[in-house]
Amino acid sequence: MIWNEHHECMERGQLASLQGERLKAMVERVYFNVPFYRNKLQEMGIEPGDIRTVEDLKLLPFTTKQDLRDNYPFGLFAVPQQDVVRLHASSGTTGKSTVVGYTHNDIMMWAEVVARSLTMAGITKSDIVQVAYGYGLFTGGLGLHYGAEKVGASVIPISGGNTKKQLQLLEDFGSTAIACTPSYAAYLGEALDEEKVDRSKLKLRAGIFGAEPWTEEMRAQIEKSLGIKAYDIYGLSEVIGPGVSMECSCQKGMHIFEDHFIPEIINPESGEVLPYGELGELVFTTVTKEAMPLIRYRTRDLTRLHVGTCECGRTLARMEKCVGRSDDMLIIRGVNVFPSQVESVLLEMSETRPHYLLVVDRDNNLDTLEIQVEVEDQFFSDEVKELEALRKRIGSNLTSILGLHATVRLVEPGTIERSMGKAQRVVDKRKLK
Amino acid sequence: MIIKQLSVFLENRAGRLTELTGILAENDINISAFSIADTADFGILRMIAGKPELAEKVLKENGFAVKITDVICMTVPHKPGGLHRALQILSDNGISIEYMYAFAAAADQATVVIRTDMPLKAIEVLQLHKLELLKAGDVYQL
Ligand SMILES: [Zn+2]
Repeated sequence: MIWNEHHECMERGQLASLQGERLKAMVERVYFNVPFYRNKLQEMGIEPGDIRTVEDLKLLPFTTKQDLRDNYPFGLFAVPQQDVVRLHASSGTTGKSTVVGYTHNDIMMWAEVVARSLTMAGITKSDIVQVAYGYGLFTGGLGLHYGAEKVGASVIPISGGNTKKQLQLLEDFGSTAIACTPSYAAYLGEALDEEKVDRSKLKLRAGIFGAEPWTEEMRAQIEKSLGIKAYDIYGLSEVIGPGVSMECSCQKGMHIFEDHFIPEIINPESGEVLPYGELGELVFTTVTKEAMPLIRYRTRDLTRLHVGTCECGRTLARMEKCVGRSDDMLIIRGVNVFPSQVESVLLEMSETRPHYLLVVDRDNNLDTLEIQVEVEDQFFSDEVKELEALRKRIGSNLTSILGLHATVRLVEPGTIERSMGKAQRVVDKRKLK
Repeated sequence: MIIKQLSVFLENRAGRLTELTGILAENDINISAFSIADTADFGILRMIAGKPELAEKVLKENGFAVKITDVICMTVPHKPGGLHRALQILSDNGISIEYMYAFAAAADQATVVIRTDMPLKAIEVLQLHKLELLKAGDVYQL
């Protein structure tokens, strides 16, 4: 099932001209209504008339999270306050939170993209959707809520937490789909066991999970423990909230709703636009949003884009699961290295776990990269030649992915800190010298 | 006749071995024999210790990568050709040795720890040639 066949299966050329029209109109709107953008464009000597097609997108400046903070709270709004019907805010881990506003049309558009997303997961008006994302300033709860209502499903606005109640409603109401964070879904699976819930009484068959990074391993685990098919939804409040892109049943990446959000992949260092298929930072331009349109917003998420008609029939570009944050990029001997690349290599190898540390140093003016990998109990061989062979195998896999030589050092289990943060993944000794 | 040997992965950093021997001492575990195979970065400590299962447990609890491997222990008299004969028997029977190390158990004989991928066959042929093998109980108490 496809919610909006016209826009989701558009011929690429036709899509580009629709994007071009919308882009042109959006640039005009922000130029005349948002002093921040007008100043920025004037500094670069760009006038709204210079933007005619989607190809001209690359002439425009980037917008960053810092720009949102600098214009806190309403400085980037392109409509008068009386036209804003909703405000959401993300809790900033550092500094001020970022505020986003929506007009009535924005709320409708958001419901539309979430309805498209839910349809990808096979959800129809016959479904009962338990929305276990938090409701509030966070966009997850209300975003899924409006989309599910638009589809015509019965929505249970239970919000996050209260696990016992979640389990009770899954059973009593016969929820067929659940939307929450993947970590909460994994937790619910464990709770089902603890509470000894009879799974044959549950009707749950689909889960829509997003708002945090998760792995294919987690997907398999959730699918097994909840007895469902798990779908990945992507979004960020600055762009709209959940529903920027979503996996169809083919699960070959998340389809981006490009008629509303134009994606680009750039080299995070130079800002240069990269071709489809290359790894870089994801950038979005919102072309239909009224309250707070964004020009080339840098998400800092690293991924690749793929085009080509999907088996589901949609022509929308697909983005891979994000592999990390552009802030984490290291430049070693002129090569861009992301810790997440190391992680993906270790995840792919059956005899390693992704517990690693990158140690960057400088020896005779030449950067060196050492990657420490923990020896896992179950893969520990008591023979030197086998451990050496494992070390070489890790090394050659890393070299081919990173594009530069890395020395692998095997370390004892549990010696590398367990954390997702950059600080614990990288030790850059070059900065100390 | 199969002896449980403990193998422990060790990073080459100061104090690590002392930490390990300390843990074993605290748990009243005796080390009968050991050897270390090392490279520039890491080492593998192989040892015959009393209460091997307990030793494995406490070391794992303390964050060591530990593996129990099967080895055989053979007594070799302290005289020329003693070891040679034993190795000849193994080689004649197509049994290859992954590694071995020896320790002196008494003044007139040495005990050799042998790791092979065919421990049962090794036991069989060595016994056939009247070589003395140690039982688990003997070794853990040495
Ligand atoms: Zn598809």
